[in-house]
Amino acid sequence: MADYKYVIDVQDLHTTFKTDKGDVHAVNGVNFRLEPGKTLGIVGESGSGKSVTSYSIMQILANNGRISGGKVLYKGEDITKWDAKKMAGFRGKCCSIIFQDPMTSLNPVFTIGYQLEEAVLLHTNRNRKEAKERAIEMLTLVGVNEPEKRVDQYPHELSGGMRQRVMIAMALACEPDILIADEPTTALDVTIQAQILELMQDLQKKLGMAIIIVTHDLGVIASMCDEIIVMYGGRVCERGTADDIFYAPAHEYTKGLLRSIPTTENNGQRLVPIGGTPINLLNMPKGCAFCPRCDAAMKICLTEVPEELQVGENHRAACWMNVKKMYEEANA
Amino acid sequence: MSSEYLVEVSHLKQYFPVRSGFKTIPLKAVDDVSFNIKPGETLGLVGESGCGKTTVGRTLLRLYKPTSGSIKFEGEEVTEKNIHALRKEMQMVFQDPYSSLNPRMTVEDIIGEPLDVHKLYSNRAERHEKVISLMETVGLNAEHATRYAHEFSGGQRQRIGIARALAVDPKFIVCDEPVSALDVSIQAQVVNMFEDLQAERGMAYLFIAHDLLVVQHISDRIAVMYLGHMMELAESDELMNNPKHPYTQSLLSAVPIPDPETARNSKRIILEGDVPSPLRMPSGCPFRTRCKYATEQCAMAMPELTDRGEGHMVACWNR
Repeated sequence: MADYKYVIDVQDLHTTFKTDKGDVHAVNGVNFRLEPGKTLGIVGESGSGKSVTSYSIMQILANNGRISGGKVLYKGEDITKWDAKKMAGFRGKCCSIIFQDPMTSLNPVFTIGYQLEEAVLLHTNRNRKEAKERAIEMLTLVGVNEPEKRVDQYPHELSGGMRQRVMIAMALACEPDILIADEPTTALDVTIQAQILELMQDLQKKLGMAIIIVTHDLGVIASMCDEIIVMYGGRVCERGTADDIFYAPAHEYTKGLLRSIPTTENNGQRLVPIGGTPINLLNMPKGCAFCPRCDAAMKICLTEVPEELQVGENHRAACWMNVKKMYEEANA
Repeated sequence: MSSEYLVEVSHLKQYFPVRSGFKTIPLKAVDDVSFNIKPGETLGLVGESGCGKTTVGRTLLRLYKPTSGSIKFEGEEVTEKNIHALRKEMQMVFQDPYSSLNPRMTVEDIIGEPLDVHKLYSNRAERHEKVISLMETVGLNAEHATRYAHEFSGGQRQRIGIARALAVDPKFIVCDEPVSALDVSIQAQVVNMFEDLQAERGMAYLFIAHDLLVVQHISDRIAVMYLGHMMELAESDELMNNPKHPYTQSLLSAVPIPDPETARNSKRIILEGDVPSPLRMPSGCPFRTRCKYATEQCAMAMPELTDRGEGHMVACWNR
């Protein structure tokens, strides 16, 4: 295998869905790459393309969806060219995904143990007995109590937090290099959410996998990501470290988002919402996707899509305001 | 009016019968909860799923008949009041803006229905006028009155639900997770609207939510529930800055703070295990199975909610 620096390298990814009303371009040229053992956070609202991006990596898109452009390099190899059989080996073994709702993503008619063993039997040459041992070992690792008893239980016998632990155990059973967590804690209560996030960080230290965490909750990613990507309308608005994004946002959408959430500081003050309604992907603006809701929108925003521009060491944003600022500074 | 409170709830119990094998056992969704709401005040109600917060809201509106205890609205017992008259005074905004609107009705009919029920107009023209003015109040385009609910986005649907609640000009609205289903950028629009409407019309809210930051923002006082019991009740800032009950403390520490600096420095109190099943409730204080301060006394009896100064009420033996 070729030398690689990045475990996953997404280059100019486009994903399109065919619908009766026309093609929906859910992802429009997304780039990011991730070093082994690092954590990437993808934030955005519904319809921003954050989940579709992760489904595209796994190639588990709905039937009417397809990757219409770009590359996804896994350890230097373009997996968008792989056939179905090769991809089946990729999922679970190289890259795993956990979903938002642990109830609907576990099969209700099979025991926890059966579902855990399935992944192990498929990807390794262990036999049934060894697979069961591995299942119990994984359940212990994710902090499920009485794992010997749990393997014979069905998903409905477990609480939401326990189910999400089982999902994580299943995802990590074959020691993948990448774990994609698509809104892993949205369906859970805050105290359980804290447990699950802590568990994911712990396991990352122990097993060293890279994590892509997809969420709409800015609070979740503030503490645990090496890099954060903010998405809107299928494009990356801004990328940088948590400190860059939270303390020096350089895209009007990120700024608006941070103003609109209640925090301990702005308590008692009026929130400043982002006006308008979320984007309709069937009717995308010609220029910047955010410009219909942007207070600072200029003429150029309506017609030209902004390029990503370096605004800090590892901090890039795609907003014409930065170009304007640079131009003004140069002429001052 | 005889009392300074709009809503007075004392020792409210709401049990649901659950069949377990041959026996029917009570599920104690709400167990001995007392609180008051002043006119024009917002009381936030927080807790994890299954703690009974939604049941409290629904029981107040008499969507359920309480097992025991008393709910007084303007000094009158709710269960003795005519339900028709009661619902003109109190209304509800539901969590899910998708399932709480009838897909076969136009927006005009959805908002107009409470007006029909309470006969608040003399002719069609007046009804139409009232609906339009309500739509404008909540920031909806009046031209959309003939549309159906599915033609609107989540935030707009929630506005329709709010306009419907406002139609009878109530004094009290139960808001059951009204912003949970909305996107972050839309959440702020709706939260602001709740605040503006309260300033204009002087309504009281019972604001039920699990997002503590939103609740803190909108509430004057906050009540924390756990497994059907009220654990702590205090002024909003006091509760957030100086939580006394161990459950409130861990709940607050678990809230993900959207600020990297604070998040890095804060120490989370991670609670062990899950919330016990309400059918197999621990004896005494329900939180004792997950509480690090638990003593023998906690297993014996549930502590009373007592005032620890300036209306800061806590139900704990040890704190």
